[in-house]
Amino acid sequence: MLPSDLKSEMFAGYAVEARKIVTAHLPTLRQMPLSVLPGLLRELISFDFKFPAERKARERELDYLGSLSQAQLKECFHDFSEIRLSRQLEEFEWVKLPGQFVERLSAQLWSTHQLDAFRKASSDYADRLRAAVPPEPPPIPRLGISVIGQGVTSYGEPLFRKLRPHGAYFSGIKPENGLRQLLDAVAVRAKAHPLSYGHWYIDGGEAFACEPVLACVSYEGLAGARAALLRKMQEQIEQPGMGPEALRSFLAQLRPADLGMERQGADEVLHRFEVSVLTEGSGTQIFSTVFAQWAAREALRRAQPVTMLVRFAPRQRQKPMNELLSASAKAPAEVDVIGSLVDGDFAAYYNWLNQQRLVGAEQSSFLVWFEGHSQALAIGPTMARGTESRSAADLQQVLGWMS
Amino acid sequence: MEVPEQSRRDLVRRALRNGASDREVSHVLARTRRDFLREAAGVAVGSALLRPVWARAAAPRTKRKVVVVTFGGGARDQETFMQEGQENIPHLMRELIPRASFFTQVVNRGILGHYVATASLATGVYETFNNFAAVSPESPTVFEYFRKDLKRPSSDAWVVAPSNGFNRIGESSHRSYGSGLGARVILPKRLLSAATSGSSHNYQHLLRDNYETPYYAPELAGSEFELQQLEMLLKLSVDDFKSYAQTLTSPDELSVYIARQLMRQVAPSLLWITLHDIDVAHAGAYSLYIEGIRRTDRLCSELWQAIQEEPEYAGETTLFILPDFGRDSDEDAGGNGFQHHRTGDVLSRTTWMLASGPGIRENVVFDRAVDSRDLVPTLGAILGFHASLAQGKPVGEVL
Repeated sequence: MLPSDLKSEMFAGYAVEARKIVTAHLPTLRQMPLSVLPGLLRELISFDFKFPAERKARERELDYLGSLSQAQLKECFHDFSEIRLSRQLEEFEWVKLPGQFVERLSAQLWSTHQLDAFRKASSDYADRLRAAVPPEPPPIPRLGISVIGQGVTSYGEPLFRKLRPHGAYFSGIKPENGLRQLLDAVAVRAKAHPLSYGHWYIDGGEAFACEPVLACVSYEGLAGARAALLRKMQEQIEQPGMGPEALRSFLAQLRPADLGMERQGADEVLHRFEVSVLTEGSGTQIFSTVFAQWAAREALRRAQPVTMLVRFAPRQRQKPMNELLSASAKAPAEVDVIGSLVDGDFAAYYNWLNQQRLVGAEQSSFLVWFEGHSQALAIGPTMARGTESRSAADLQQVLGWMS
Repeated sequence: MEVPEQSRRDLVRRALRNGASDREVSHVLARTRRDFLREAAGVAVGSALLRPVWARAAAPRTKRKVVVVTFGGGARDQETFMQEGQENIPHLMRELIPRASFFTQVVNRGILGHYVATASLATGVYETFNNFAAVSPESPTVFEYFRKDLKRPSSDAWVVAPSNGFNRIGESSHRSYGSGLGARVILPKRLLSAATSGSSHNYQHLLRDNYETPYYAPELAGSEFELQQLEMLLKLSVDDFKSYAQTLTSPDELSVYIARQLMRQVAPSLLWITLHDIDVAHAGAYSLYIEGIRRTDRLCSELWQAIQEEPEYAGETTLFILPDFGRDSDEDAGGNGFQHHRTGDVLSRTTWMLASGPGIRENVVFDRAVDSRDLVPTLGAILGFHASLAQGKPVGEVL
């Protein structure tokens, strides 16, 4: 089936809001090439459970496309139209299973050497969209905070190496009550500028008490869901004929209730986000540092928050082969605090990079702190790049200088 | 003129942000590697000048040996050849590069999955099969050209690979080659699992070594090396093998141990070792990725030492070390940096190659573009076979 054959009744299986937006824009969707439309449907099929920023972006995109003439639409998607697709892809149930179609499309793009052409078409389309429908600036400058190194008593190697050229390094931070100061600062911002999913606190361990004005996600808070997920994955792996693609398809269909997350009055949007972090992220189920980094990446990309506090906690130690072979293989997992610090240090750099990809980057600020220690680094329009301060200061003061 | 480290990184970033073509970005990458190597290791910049004809006349072709090592799972410049990464590759920098010709721009335009990309390296053709399927390459492998053209026995071509998915890499499905003409394949982790199968522990985790899909172990099929042959061919008892394995920290250490046994006991002329530890990066923990790079760097040095120490290999062996491909750049929003190699961006496609051995110029760096398919024709030119269906061209600088 091709996009030109689309009919509104084909979307009967979509949730209410998803069905509404798709049918409202059906004439536009019918004119899109098959190489690109299922990618859009993959986003729209879960429209009911998207963050406000994502919904708005999709609505604006579709409104823009709807404003184009037939000839303009054809020109807009010309490069995508040049992508050659197999008959199997055309015959696939891409309306019902757009995510699986995209997986198959990706494999075909690689094997037919069309990936570069597709990448260029995607990039050109994104540029065009950005020019035509510029993203709206945030209501207040964004603030990102990463807290790394929980549990490390001493560390002699230099930290924040990737970030130092971009900001001011502080080596005289007074660490007392540092975490409390950061959490309070985040809560104050959230209360002063209430925004749905605009202020986040992600913890790679057990979260401190979470203010209702924050979107809170924690690794320990999802312990039950993680265990349920790993059990389900194990069951699937043991099925005859199970391969990576089939496992991915299985994971993509999991919902919060499948992992025991359904609660009365629960936040379905946030729960779906948590499930996606665990099912789409590689390593998020087993390493807390990876969980925190990937959750932050996805939250920044999707919810585009104005405040993001990420605290990294020690992850379990990866056992070397000789231990796996020995009697200690079944011993409880230990934690690797130094490895986690290294993970967190690099992940903080990724948190900053991902924040800077959002609109308003030139006004955004970022702070990373070695928890319980005197080292921090602050980046922002008011902070001199590549500088160092040894003066004594607490984190509240540093945040004040950044704002 | 010296180019500071930050400026080098900026050159690459600027090229990426300014919408430079893939070819331009590859060239910038190559130059940054060359500049760095020139400063750090004191290497000379080579040209397209070929080495004198007399230089390779020393060893008759029947004695020549080649060892190919794939630098396990792909590492990026910033964790290796950029100044900030040099601490991770001390052995490459101090011991190997000064003795080698180094190619700064090896481009892989194929599928960036480890099995299919390694198969492409071994066939000289961009293979297009499903990376996660237990299938043979479609085009003849270097092992088949070598054995058929030179009438070599199966004991003269070997593959050592840690990942179960690689068990069919030794032999293609091509009708003119294929069955019975390939390399012997040894999967040390599979052997270890077989050796420990009677114990009380569950060693299934040993087989789930495909880091990209860590919960999946493909079905095995093909002519792999069997446990019973351990003692006969490698002069290694199962008990000794098990005991020694329990002193090793990673699958790649086990692979290098087996490779050394092979070199000592069988001395194949063509030995291909696929290292894979670095690919733990797919789990997303940066510290484990760095550990993998450091271990691979050390193991490459150990293999070099083994070549120098084994009488069958010393003075007769050309060593090639190259990653199958790189990893995603931090700049590409579609990826997650070092964790994967899914975007197909220029950094993940552009990598390097080191060649060292008798007659190969030492301490020289070449930054012209080399295609990853060029390896097989190059091996053919060194060992004296014709890779008739390979699509690359011999790398003249090492011939």
